Amino acid sequence: MFDSLSEKLEKAFKTLRGQGKLTEDNVRESVKDVRRALLDADVNFKVVKQFIAGVEEKAYGQETLRSVAPSEQIVKIIHDELVDILGGQNAPIEFRGTPGKLLLCGLQGSGKTTLAGKIALHYQKKGQRPLMVAADIYRPAAVKQLQVLGKQIDVPVFHVDKKPPQICAEAIEYARANNLTLIIFDTAGRLHIDEELMQELSDIKKKVSPDEILLVADSMTGQDAVNVAAQFNETLDFTGVALTKLDGDSRGGAALSIRHITGKPIKLVSVGEKLSDLELFYPERMASRILGMGDIVSLVEKAQETIDVKEAVKLEKKLRKEAFTFDDFYQQLQQLKKMGSLESILKMIPGVSSQLRNVDIDESQMKRVEAIILSMTMEERNRPQVLNGSRRARIADGSGTSIQEVNRLIKQFQQMQKMIKQMRGGKLKRMIPGNFFN
Amino acid sequence: MGFSFKKLAQGLLKTKENIVSKLKTAVGLHKKIDAALLDEIEEILISADISVETTGKVVDDLKVRVAKQGIDNSDEVYGLLKDSLTELFSFQSGDRSFFEVVPKPYVIMIVGVNGTGKTTSIAKIARRFMSDGKKVTMAAADTFRAAAIDQLSIWANRVGCNIVKGQEGGDSASVAFDAVAAALARGDDLVIIDTAGRLHTKLNLMEELSKVKRVIKKAMPDAPHRTLLVIDGTTGQNALQQVEIFNKLLQLDGIIITKLDGTAKGGAVFSIVDKFKLPVVLIGIGEQMDDLDEFNPRDFVDAMFA
Repeated sequence: MFDSLSEKLEKAFKTLRGQGKLTEDNVRESVKDVRRALLDADVNFKVVKQFIAGVEEKAYGQETLRSVAPSEQIVKIIHDELVDILGGQNAPIEFRGTPGKLLLCGLQGSGKTTLAGKIALHYQKKGQRPLMVAADIYRPAAVKQLQVLGKQIDVPVFHVDKKPPQICAEAIEYARANNLTLIIFDTAGRLHIDEELMQELSDIKKKVSPDEILLVADSMTGQDAVNVAAQFNETLDFTGVALTKLDGDSRGGAALSIRHITGKPIKLVSVGEKLSDLELFYPERMASRILGMGDIVSLVEKAQETIDVKEAVKLEKKLRKEAFTFDDFYQQLQQLKKMGSLESILKMIPGVSSQLRNVDIDESQMKRVEAIILSMTMEERNRPQVLNGSRRARIADGSGTSIQEVNRLIKQFQQMQKMIKQMRGGKLKRMIPGNFFN
Repeated sequence: MGFSFKKLAQGLLKTKENIVSKLKTAVGLHKKIDAALLDEIEEILISADISVETTGKVVDDLKVRVAKQGIDNSDEVYGLLKDSLTELFSFQSGDRSFFEVVPKPYVIMIVGVNGTGKTTSIAKIARRFMSDGKKVTMAAADTFRAAAIDQLSIWANRVGCNIVKGQEGGDSASVAFDAVAAALARGDDLVIIDTAGRLHTKLNLMEELSKVKRVIKKAMPDAPHRTLLVIDGTTGQNALQQVEIFNKLLQLDGIIITKLDGTAKGGAVFSIVDKFKLPVVLIGIGEQMDDLDEFNPRDFVDAMFA
């Protein structure tokens, strides 16, 4: 749908390299793209304005660096500024006493109840004994929903047939009596302009004085995020934000808007359908996401976790001297597979995620490639030139594929060998055997 | 026949304040319709969650109207902008009311991402049909979310319609199939199928929806007669991605936009019709049962500017 911001800036800055300083003109040119990227990411337009003004000021007069393109330099300035606003360090959830008390609030459909279950599970794993409190008496079956979740994770749920502030107050007694260490209050979704229901939240706060009040915000929220956050903050002076549905493809500009308007940290992010899909908030990653730069940090981390460095060095050395064989390719596939599904890996690469939406990645294709390679003899893997017609037919039979597929793989492999030859001399690290799966 | 004008204007009050009050300020600052005013209008539209692309188109159209009609007095920009916005809906012919349904049973399948208000919308739609004297069956095909079946059951009870449900964790396609088959056998007028909310980026879950659709056809070959996507009116630019992917997989017949009360900006209404030429069939402007009704572009734009 949109090019990544860095791509756009690269285009705008092609001629600029080595021109000395970032000037008003060239900064303004790129800032237009930044503005659009931020708006596309649902950052509130007022926040965008202020943000851009700050970036311009920082950018003017900076020396262009020889080693990086000016576009990259500006993206870096913007990225750093975003990280700064989003909160620098991640902010922990803190409980002052026992039982700890955490109150969830937000609009309808933002994901409070599911989040309550996720938080309970998270702390249960850490050895706490959580209690969930069903204080949503309006939505049909909301209490039941929390009870079902409680059953799934074996966490008790408290509910009595009373008004929400009373339910919450009695829950504290219940927790004390039953020696529970953490209380999570799930409240009904409400509009921030609904005075009566906002008053109810404020009453709950008075009754239970929570250690943490989290505004639960849907990461897909648009420009209105600022009004919602401002109003909830005015009523409740919440302590932090939980962003939900971040496993979608929204760019999550609401995070920036909320943070900017309220100054409150984002403490948790919810990233999936499973109750274990809860993460801490990393400003760095969010900044990259808002800018459409992909989640390079997570990708690199994942790669570091799973890729055997020694193996990689060995391969690189080998490639410098000799040919890339089917055996090497197979090893590469195994490393790649350890990192997760191809889809999830590709999504982290800048610029790929938006295009990827239109591509169905067929993981079974990868299995077929593996099967073909495994049906080759060692000699064939190391010296693909011996692969004549009858050998190919045998491999197709052995791997349960067709001769056409075997031929295609061999052809693509030869192209890749050629590319590696051309690239010998520095760019090896960028190789990803991705074009095999198109 | 859609909302009364008064009710619509009331429901959209906050949205209105967003666009119109800003517009008034801008017009107050500029006597003539010039580049500066157009820039401000562009910003106002974007700040209402209208996509950057659609905003560009509307502003371009506005420029053409200004030039053609030789107008430069900024006061007249309201009328022109209203026309430009209404123009986006020109493809949407108001031929048949949403609530006139043939054949029998008429099958409506409701889909959307999590938390957009599918279940509540279904209750409202069902109640409306019931009050028209129709016999309605709900299908609780959201077998995934905890207590989703209970939630729909409570609604079915309140509204007084039939409901077909399965087990939590069960196969949603077979629930949908059973509901259509039951409605056929009973001679009901309508089946409304509730599905689990899912993010459009989850390919396997999206595939499951295609399956539900395929399986429904086994009970009734031309069903579902309408597949409708529910979009949360507070959603920003991501609404377009949602429509794109749901549409690609399920060939949508239209959109329901909920939660347009409050201070929601509702820009998605314009971006979606502009980009996908899919009709907005119903909009939700409040929590009451009759706060979901047919969408009429002209009334909607008029109410926004009223």
